[in-house]
Amino acid sequence: MDLTPSPREEAYRNQARAWLDVNVPEPYKGEKSIADPSYVDYLRAWQRKLAEGGWLGITWPEEFGGQGLGSIEQSIFNEEAARATAPSVIGHVGVALIGPTIAMIGTPEQKERYLRKLLHCEEIWAQGFSEPNAGSDLGSLACRAVREGDDFIVNGQKTWTSYAQVSDWIFLLVRTDPGAPKYKGITCLLVDMKSPGISVRPLRMMSGDSVFNEVFFSDVRVPVENVLGEINGGWQVAITALMHERMNLGGAIPVELSHFLAKVVDLARQRGLTDDPVVRQKLAQATLELDVYKMTSARAMSAVGKGQAPGPEGSILKLFWSNYNQWLVQTALEIAGPYGQQMAGDYEELTYHYLRSRGNSIEAGTNEVLKNTIANRVLGLPKSY
Amino acid sequence: MDFDLSKPQKMLQDSVKEFLSRHCPLERVRELMGTPTAHDPELWEGLTDQGWVALTLPEAFEGLGLGAVDLAVVTEAMGASCMPGPFLSNTLGAEILARSGNDDFAAEILPGIADGETLVTVALLEETGSWDPENVRLTIAESESGLIVTGTKLFVADAESADRLLVVGRLDGDLAVVSVPRDSAGVTVEAIPGVDATRKLYRVVFDDAAGGTLVVRGDQASKALHDATRLATVAVCAELVGGMQWVLDTSVEYAKTREQFGRVIGSFQAVQHHCADMLYKLENARSAAYYAAWAVSVDDPGADRAVSVAKAYCSDAAREIGNLGIQVHGGIGFTWEHDLHLFYRRAKSNEILFGDATFHRERIAALVID
Repeated sequence: MDLTPSPREEAYRNQARAWLDVNVPEPYKGEKSIADPSYVDYLRAWQRKLAEGGWLGITWPEEFGGQGLGSIEQSIFNEEAARATAPSVIGHVGVALIGPTIAMIGTPEQKERYLRKLLHCEEIWAQGFSEPNAGSDLGSLACRAVREGDDFIVNGQKTWTSYAQVSDWIFLLVRTDPGAPKYKGITCLLVDMKSPGISVRPLRMMSGDSVFNEVFFSDVRVPVENVLGEINGGWQVAITALMHERMNLGGAIPVELSHFLAKVVDLARQRGLTDDPVVRQKLAQATLELDVYKMTSARAMSAVGKGQAPGPEGSILKLFWSNYNQWLVQTALEIAGPYGQQMAGDYEELTYHYLRSRGNSIEAGTNEVLKNTIANRVLGLPKSY
Repeated sequence: MDFDLSKPQKMLQDSVKEFLSRHCPLERVRELMGTPTAHDPELWEGLTDQGWVALTLPEAFEGLGLGAVDLAVVTEAMGASCMPGPFLSNTLGAEILARSGNDDFAAEILPGIADGETLVTVALLEETGSWDPENVRLTIAESESGLIVTGTKLFVADAESADRLLVVGRLDGDLAVVSVPRDSAGVTVEAIPGVDATRKLYRVVFDDAAGGTLVVRGDQASKALHDATRLATVAVCAELVGGMQWVLDTSVEYAKTREQFGRVIGSFQAVQHHCADMLYKLENARSAAYYAAWAVSVDDPGADRAVSVAKAYCSDAAREIGNLGIQVHGGIGFTWEHDLHLFYRRAKSNEILFGDATFHRERIAALVID
């Protein structure tokens, strides 16, 4: 057991930090809304800069513009980017999930056609997985694609599609064999969002913003060459994509949470509450749980760094994050007192987070589904469905 | 960065588990619970033969000179067996002696501890119930005939089996530790029935007790107490992790076999989610306990915080895992016959030992807010 970073990890961290010091842009002035083209341009410029600097797709093979490194390096970079309060990567879904999946199972033509443009933000990708009747039970998706000559004709609806309103392509799961068992009749299509018959409707969330969308497909023609992987082999493609997503998540979350916690402690100071024993207990609980989150993440990373699959600790991190974030924001609002209802000025962000955090225990796997998975895969209890 | 145990640590883990499965099965734990001291000299002899009693003591004092991670490995296995007796109290006492700077006295006592001839315990708590040595009030006075100790100590673990009591008190206002032989005149040891019958607690009254030896005083005493307690707290956290693992494994096993409504209860989501919640708390507790062990083993600047984080997390987690474990078992989990309550009781005594979650959260608050 040695929890000091290795010299190689430290060197990589220093390199990342040095690049970020010079290249992170001034924070965006104005409302950070995806509906505002100038904010979208700002984010696109940042992603291009990252790609040109070689800091995007760290885990991608070098031949496609990546660094060919592991999740540890990706996590170190994410951590440093968060520490430098770098803007988010607008093409994150493409970089983290879709690009690596195309690099792994795409044809040579597909890799050539899509990967460079994806990385350099010439094309932004959306992920077309969830549907109104296929949430946790993604395998029951119903969006249909019927073969007609050299094309598939797609009809149906996707929902919860992040950034669809600015996306150029969508990584779409469709049902191509309704007669087959549900996981065996699915195909993955790469679909041009400019195709006739696609319409996008932003979904307004309870927090008031609209990052997610509904996407409707009406007789959309997709050439057969745009199938990724095998026809009716789309479920494996989806699993591969989700596996890549998990590999990319490490690093940024603990740093962002530390920033937020520091703000909450400051808020308690401003409000003169730091001698209140109840507030002290809550801030200490927030501190210790975040420390433990970092330790459990480090354990999972240490396993990944040795080429092992993370043990049981890997399966609880998403659950831990959503529980923690929701509780911390709730606590912050209690500390804010009557100001915790103010959706303006210094408190607007906090109140927004309070509403937004309700989604944490639903997005990317509900708490309930994650617990089912732990019970089934880690503890070996029988499947309940 | 490497979170894994080393090869020798994994071997140590296997040998402690193997040893305890032979020499300390749960039937034996129940027998020992019913004895006045819960101390088994034969078991103790086995532990000393293996060197585990003196695991972290310096080699100069006949110890193995190993670190906090090694100690955690050993106590985790002891926790999984709910091993009765004075291991923790003796470890704390021995560590205070080793860190006292009073090498003459340490050289007199510690080799006896290492070979199992001598047992020590620490008398800290008083009527206030405070784990902070700042609040200690018992008086130690110098007289022509030597040191005179006056006052009452509560919840002294294993005082009946200990040969020497390391008494924390005030000498001219200074914090001091005095070693008093248990059979000295003026020392009365009286059992306090405790929730955890595998580790006996006592009220010890010092009525102008003479015959004590000054071990250490002043800043050096504070430092020795702090460092020894920090190490012992790591040992408790790892013990809690071992106990939590037993409760989870036993509950999952039960959920896989117990049938109701024609199905095993582990196929119901309500039961599955209890088990998943237990795993969640256990694995986080494990991360925290071993991180703290590592931080103490290298005397990391963040070690105090890491130990408070671990003790707060493990204390709460062990209680909650115990609650869930009993719930998953239903009625049988609530019986005397089932072994769950042995671990449930141990979890409560360990939760209290060296400060509960509320106590350690206040320490964390002092570090991050003040």
